[in-house]
Amino acid sequence: MQVIVTVAPPSRAGGVAGSGGTAEHALGDPHGSRHSPFGRSEAAVWSPSLWDAHALEAAVELGESHEDVTIHAVTVGPPAADSVVRAALAKGADRAVRVWDDHLDGVDLLEPRLTARLLAAVTADVDPAVVLSGAQSGPDGFGATGVALAARLGYGWAAVVTELSLDRDAGVVSVRRDLDGNRSERVAVDLPAVLTVGTGCNEPRTASLGAVRAAQRADVAVRSLADLGIEQSEIEPSLTRVGTVDREHDVTLLSGAPEDAAADLAAVLRRHGVDP
Amino acid sequence: MTVLTVAEHRHGRLWDVSREAQTAGLELAAVTGDTVHTAVVGGAVERFADRLGCAGVETVHTVAGDEAFNHDVYTQVLTQLAESVDARVVLAPHSVTGLNYAPALSARLDWPVVPDAVALDGADGLTVTREVDGAWTTLAVDGGRAVVTVRPGEWPVTEAAGDTDVIPFTADIDDAAVRSTVTSEAAGALADLALEDADVVVAVGRGIGGEADLDLLFDLADAVGGTVAASGPPVKRGWLPADRQIGQSGATVAPDVYLAVGISGAAQHLAGMRESDTVVAINSDPTAPIFDVADYGVVADLFDVVPALTAALEE
Repeated sequence: MQVIVTVAPPSRAGGVAGSGGTAEHALGDPHGSRHSPFGRSEAAVWSPSLWDAHALEAAVELGESHEDVTIHAVTVGPPAADSVVRAALAKGADRAVRVWDDHLDGVDLLEPRLTARLLAAVTADVDPAVVLSGAQSGPDGFGATGVALAARLGYGWAAVVTELSLDRDAGVVSVRRDLDGNRSERVAVDLPAVLTVGTGCNEPRTASLGAVRAAQRADVAVRSLADLGIEQSEIEPSLTRVGTVDREHDVTLLSGAPEDAAADLAAVLRRHGVDP
Repeated sequence: MTVLTVAEHRHGRLWDVSREAQTAGLELAAVTGDTVHTAVVGGAVERFADRLGCAGVETVHTVAGDEAFNHDVYTQVLTQLAESVDARVVLAPHSVTGLNYAPALSARLDWPVVPDAVALDGADGLTVTREVDGAWTTLAVDGGRAVVTVRPGEWPVTEAAGDTDVIPFTADIDDAAVRSTVTSEAAGALADLALEDADVVVAVGRGIGGEADLDLLFDLADAVGGTVAASGPPVKRGWLPADRQIGQSGATVAPDVYLAVGISGAAQHLAGMRESDTVVAINSDPTAPIFDVADYGVVADLFDVVPALTAALEE
């Protein structure tokens, strides 16, 4: 059984900017990356995002509980992005694939469907039972690539899963999704399926030093647009960054007697999805 | 052309973000000259349509179906409806539910998807503002068509009253393309929920007098369907276990709603909760730094406000 785990590159802003960073960075505590969002600092942290670390852990756990599982860690990015798939190898992935092409240099891959197009070509070649993605690629990621990938391939999908259980014979993966308003649902999804994994799904492991060293020497298969049968014209962004805006942060103070302020606050909370 | 908004409901209740998305749609349509339509799929659609009929919204399309949300069905229904009403933009709620169909809808329509929007404009082509790489970034949408999910709480709700048409829409569902089944739905675990899993976190700080007073916070956490956490001082004093501490030396959380109760807002604490979507602060000190990061604040004694809030939520 083939399993794919997608791993976002360290920066989404027009691909991986700059160089620097070492594999050692890539293998630290995944939670440590939370405050080093990609592309914000020159000293990029070559670490899988918090969400991707949970997706990878889910893949490795599938490998441990099922026989004959091959885990493919796939990223999209220039050579510096090798570090994130090597980090995945160190934690238990079997193969590392990086999609890149000179024609992608300078292309803003912000839009989920562009990444989904590239990942779809790799996925179709591997023919996996399950694709696992982080529910987001970063704190302000689009959180849409996994579902867009599934829709493109005609696979089943479930977004933001916090438990999963695979029944290969039945061809179904059962997942739990935690919904807004403190409710949860269980969904049975036909295989093949793309699952985007939430942070509550598992506890990502750390890699041993030996595995880290082995991963640094491992091969990363690089796939170009031509390898994947994709025309350059298919990777045309339709979103363009036209500027940034300041949004003033104002606190809305609720005043009056405690009962009145509390009643107003209760209404605010209900409006924000709090559903007692 | 039209702007099509999508309502969200669960467990028989229409979520306010449904009517916030309508406001976003009306504001956009006022600039583009489009008309606004709203879709409501499954459950008590007639009752929901009454609430969704409001000034400026031309049509509410009701789609009969199961109460339980099925993303495959939503995707098929909305693809067909968007084509049928010649939609230019589809506005869906930015929620766990919206994220489960909006990207697929965008793939079916072959439009870009822009999740978590906080502003929209159509004056000079379609633009959408969202956070990108830590900055509020305005994105121009080439072609002017997109599936956008709107962040809850950013637009006011529409007020009902209007001569909106309510028209049933029947979609042609391809059962072979329905690849998922919702097998159960339940209320989640409450106060003992893992911090990172909680949609709502009730965090307590130095302002709480002692361990005995924590019951107030647990009652509030039950009322909001959240879990209890703390800043440093209550943990240092042993009133809550160390795994409940939020901040630089504790956990980092990003819930939908973060209620900071009796927390001053030291930088050490703010580091662990800044990414929360909506921050509510209750503190008797109006100069407390927590109010600098809060979206809503109540300047009052927590011992007055918290029981009243719990009672108001349980009404």
